[in-house]
Amino acid sequence: MTAKSFEELYREWEEKTRQLLDQYPEEKDRFETLSGIEVERLYTPVTGSDDTAEKIGLPGEFPYTRGIRPTMYRSRHWTMRQYAGFGSAAETNKRFRYLLDQGQTGLSVAFDLPTQIGYDSDDSMASGEVGKVGVAIDSLEDMEILLQGIPLDRVSTSMTINAPASILLAMYIAVGEKQGVPADRLTGTIQNDILKEYIARGTYIFPPKPSMRLITDIFAYCAEKVPKWNTISISGYHIREAGSTAVQEVAFTLADGIAYVNAALEAGLEVDRFAPRLSFFFNAHNHFFEEVAKFRAARRLWAHLMKERFGAKSPRSMKLRFHTQTGGSTLTAQQPDNNVVRVTLQALSAVLGGTQSLHTNARDEALALPTEDSARVALRTQQILAYESGVTHTVDPLGGSYFVERLTDEIEKRAREYIERIDEMGGAVAAVEEGYMQREIHQTALETQKKIESGEEVVVGVNRFRLEKEQQPQLYQVDPTLTRRQLERLKALRQRRNGERVEQALASLKRGAEGDANLMPLILEAVRSYATVGEICHSLRDVFGEYQPI
Amino acid sequence: MNRPIRVLVAKPGLDGHDRGALIIAQALRDEGMEVIYTGLRQSPPQIVATAIQEDVDVIGLSCLSGAHNDLFPEVTRLLKEQGAEDILVVGGGVIPQSDIPFLEKNGVARIFTSGTTTKETADFIRSAVKEREGRP
Repeated sequence: MTAKSFEELYREWEEKTRQLLDQYPEEKDRFETLSGIEVERLYTPVTGSDDTAEKIGLPGEFPYTRGIRPTMYRSRHWTMRQYAGFGSAAETNKRFRYLLDQGQTGLSVAFDLPTQIGYDSDDSMASGEVGKVGVAIDSLEDMEILLQGIPLDRVSTSMTINAPASILLAMYIAVGEKQGVPADRLTGTIQNDILKEYIARGTYIFPPKPSMRLITDIFAYCAEKVPKWNTISISGYHIREAGSTAVQEVAFTLADGIAYVNAALEAGLEVDRFAPRLSFFFNAHNHFFEEVAKFRAARRLWAHLMKERFGAKSPRSMKLRFHTQTGGSTLTAQQPDNNVVRVTLQALSAVLGGTQSLHTNARDEALALPTEDSARVALRTQQILAYESGVTHTVDPLGGSYFVERLTDEIEKRAREYIERIDEMGGAVAAVEEGYMQREIHQTALETQKKIESGEEVVVGVNRFRLEKEQQPQLYQVDPTLTRRQLERLKALRQRRNGERVEQALASLKRGAEGDANLMPLILEAVRSYATVGEICHSLRDVFGEYQPI
Repeated sequence: MNRPIRVLVAKPGLDGHDRGALIIAQALRDEGMEVIYTGLRQSPPQIVATAIQEDVDVIGLSCLSGAHNDLFPEVTRLLKEQGAEDILVVGGGVIPQSDIPFLEKNGVARIFTSGTTTKETADFIRSAVKEREGRP
């Protein structure tokens, strides 16, 4: 059949279908994705573009629409990396070992808020927050306990840490030294993405300028000393959780990425020296095909940006490697078992989108931290996708789908338009300072809330298909004696350590911060002296000041 | 009532999740209330001081970090200490059902959990404020 005759058939079909609409009315006049992209009744070669094959290319080849490796999951599954952390270092260590025993292939550390914002557990600002959303880490001693018995030369570790990223990375390096694993063999990731903290997540400490310096110091230090470490995980996840659309998630994340590349170039680094260690982190949300297309569009767009805008020569600089987490804000407190199904669909979209690693949320996370049981079901969900579903057998199974390719094109186009707007404002740092992304996200969040309250957007178990009487599952509870025990250990540490060495390390760190030395070696020395996260951050606050949101 | 209900939407503690707080602030404004939003990382003394200074009728506390059992009762305790317990305190966030009786016993008038509509929240505030003003 030639294309032309198919086109004739298609036109006839279209006409015939239109006449049938009286008999089979459609539920809405306009179907659309969560980003507001119109979804047509049917996609065919007639409605698609002619150059799809060339535009999407081949897996492992520029522009990487179809994936960053030629064999993808046929050679190796994604890394199953469940974000975990709560209470004390010892309790979290136990959960880590449990997850590794259950077949998890990488670690992901959740820190409590005081650690993430640079306060010690005994700081008045930490009141009520110690060990709540993650593990409390005050000093190298806690980190030693956290990683006890975990071979750092074989397990890769991702750490969700941003403003104090240098400090936690330094602690990881120091624990490696004690285990006899040199820094150049450590593998893992620090989130280290401060821009999205200002935009959406809120664990900032310092103003943008010194924050960007801390980040480029890490790029430079790791390029030399910790070459296998992912120095940043440029995150759209929290932008999406704060309410953005899929298009905004791609656009703002890549705009942040551009800002980091620019900052590193300004600091005198060479693009192909640091860009291969940049990594990304996206959300897997509800609109299944839009999510698949989103991952593919992000990959293609970044490849073009790195090659054309920044003149990267190494293919490794052009490959967008990413972690995915299923969308926490899509989980419902009502009928929590339904969340297992949501998570499965979202995880599938990430796999079909070619993710490098994946966290699947547990069913009870709209209510509390996951129990051991619900954490296991979440991991099993990934294992079922990997080992039973067969979706791993071919690379980019949805590549060439008329619909998915059209959506991929559309998301890329709309994200590019946003990036151009941000460029005109002077880039992501300026746009953040002006509150632009924050406002855009808030606007979308409001619209979503209105759609949910009007019933236009259905949330099963919440605004449709409710139960009269909800059953409350058994929830995880953080040990109430934790704070007291943590404070006691911190007090003992402060008495035991060599106070003079700590003072000296903090004083040289301050001098370094006042000048333009790379701060990583100074932070490493402070960490080795058992200076605490709070003490190190306060020293830097003295020099850098604190960020004041608009 | 001759003036609109004044509400302080506050984020106690270190939690950075402000999607809900921002939405509820806007929704209550759309319902005709005057809303002040504190921004992130407010300590209970800061929240109480702002509430008194701004002469609000209601404080809405939002916390998704699990620190609600420490922070919410601290706000109500300080209000009482400063003779401002006539200010209605409501809360929301990731709060397990099992914590709600404790919070209510400690002076939080209502906890709105995930899935509550903004309309329900506004209606509750309106009737509770009315009830308080009706007292001798």
